[in-house]
Amino acid sequence: MPPRDPAHEPAPDAATDPAASDRPAKDAGGRGSLWLARFTRAERSIHHVTAALMLVCIVTAAFLYFPPLSTVMGRRELLKTVHVWCGFALPVPIVLGLASRAFRSDLRRLNRFAPHDWEWLRRSDRRAVRKGRGVLPVGKFNAGQKLNAAFTAGAILVMLGTGEVLTFPGPWPDRWRTGATFVHDWLFLTILVVTAGHLWEAFRDRGALTGMFTGRVDREWAARHHAGWVDAREAHGKAQVRPQEAEADGSSGEEDPEFAKRRPGMS
Amino acid sequence: MDEEERAEGSPVGRRLVLGMLGLGVAGVAVGASVQQKLSSALAPAGPIGDVLPAAGGFRYYTVTGSVKKRTPATWRMDVNGLVNAPRTFTMADLARLPQTVLDKDFQCVTGWRVPDVRWVGVALPDLLQAVGVSPAAKAVRFSSFDGTYTESLTLDQARRRDVLVATQMEGGPVSHDHGGPVRLYVAPMYGYKSLKWLGGIELTDKVRPGYWEHRGYDVDAWVGRSNGRDDAPT
Repeated sequence: MPPRDPAHEPAPDAATDPAASDRPAKDAGGRGSLWLARFTRAERSIHHVTAALMLVCIVTAAFLYFPPLSTVMGRRELLKTVHVWCGFALPVPIVLGLASRAFRSDLRRLNRFAPHDWEWLRRSDRRAVRKGRGVLPVGKFNAGQKLNAAFTAGAILVMLGTGEVLTFPGPWPDRWRTGATFVHDWLFLTILVVTAGHLWEAFRDRGALTGMFTGRVDREWAARHHAGWVDAREAHGKAQVRPQEAEADGSSGEEDPEFAKRRPGMS
Repeated sequence: MDEEERAEGSPVGRRLVLGMLGLGVAGVAVGASVQQKLSSALAPAGPIGDVLPAAGGFRYYTVTGSVKKRTPATWRMDVNGLVNAPRTFTMADLARLPQTVLDKDFQCVTGWRVPDVRWVGVALPDLLQAVGVSPAAKAVRFSSFDGTYTESLTLDQARRRDVLVATQMEGGPVSHDHGGPVRLYVAPMYGYKSLKWLGGIELTDKVRPGYWEHRGYDVDAWVGRSNGRDDAPT
């Protein structure tokens, strides 16, 4: 599954983050800012290629599917060909990406839900920041990102399977074909909603976008959004790096081990 | 990644992925009947059919770029080839021929079906009689005025009373998006045989496969007996 864009919150303002007002400018390379390596080049490539294929699939699907768009656009065969090729190509970057150690370890992070992830989902103040630090020890990915990654992986697999039945209907009985159409249709609408939500969350958080497009994030942003990740890195002696060094360091540390041992509801 | 992080928490992501796969398989298994119920439940909701999957109705397939509209006043249809009297028909000409009403399903080869659509028009055998079919003719070729879409029937198929040059659908004129002002409706066959935007009919000495048939669909597209399907015929 692709690593989804980090951090689902708006840039904090002075009201939620008292430290924000007196913090120096933290644009890329700004004086006094420290940067943490977040995504390797391989991980970013996997994300961007998957995202591009997914968007082409969604746009062609919309033209094939919504009657008002279909009738304006026409050219069904061309759209279908593009849709089918991009659809079957969707898992390729992910499978190739398994060669990357950093990607594999991020997949493990996305897979595992620690107690604070359940709490993140439950609490309405999950994104609150106190003294420049998120109130929950969120790891490298928050629970929303983990759910999004799992949903996207499952959706790609289900769309691949049902898409195969629709593209090569020959051997399949009628009921299966109709059933595959049913699943493909309704899951498309769900993917549309989830992807729109994902893009919405990503585009309103400049720090998260920076992480996905340059591979590194501002340490203060990380402390607000992924406090547990920052703690674990520092506990394991990963030095904060200046921008020019950030690219080289892809791996990173763990969640807070003490917190991790608690069961849900105990934290 | 170090060992302690690997052990942390439970593998919820994997369970979610497996759960979705299970739902997907279940959806394929029961989808046919669920979709049928949904379609009839959503049918009265009208424009929602533009957004939700086949909610009570048609899906629109267009093979070319956007099709230029023809009004009933500008519409013409040439009937030629192996006929005794080649002729160009207007809407008024069609209206003067005997009119046939059919209440029949419209079924797409991909599986969706719109039940009991009321079609009105000229039965194809009545039209063929008006131009006189030459004894050499064995098949009929249809073309649409969008310039791309073609279809064919054998002469025997074309002489069925449930094959219509349709001018009305569901109590009104056939809309542009549904292939109006005049489309073909071949009741016993899958939807792709019912050519939209009918603009020409040619009598030929043998069947010439049409647009979809060049793309792998059966030429004799009987509902329930072709394209690998065995659904109940309409």
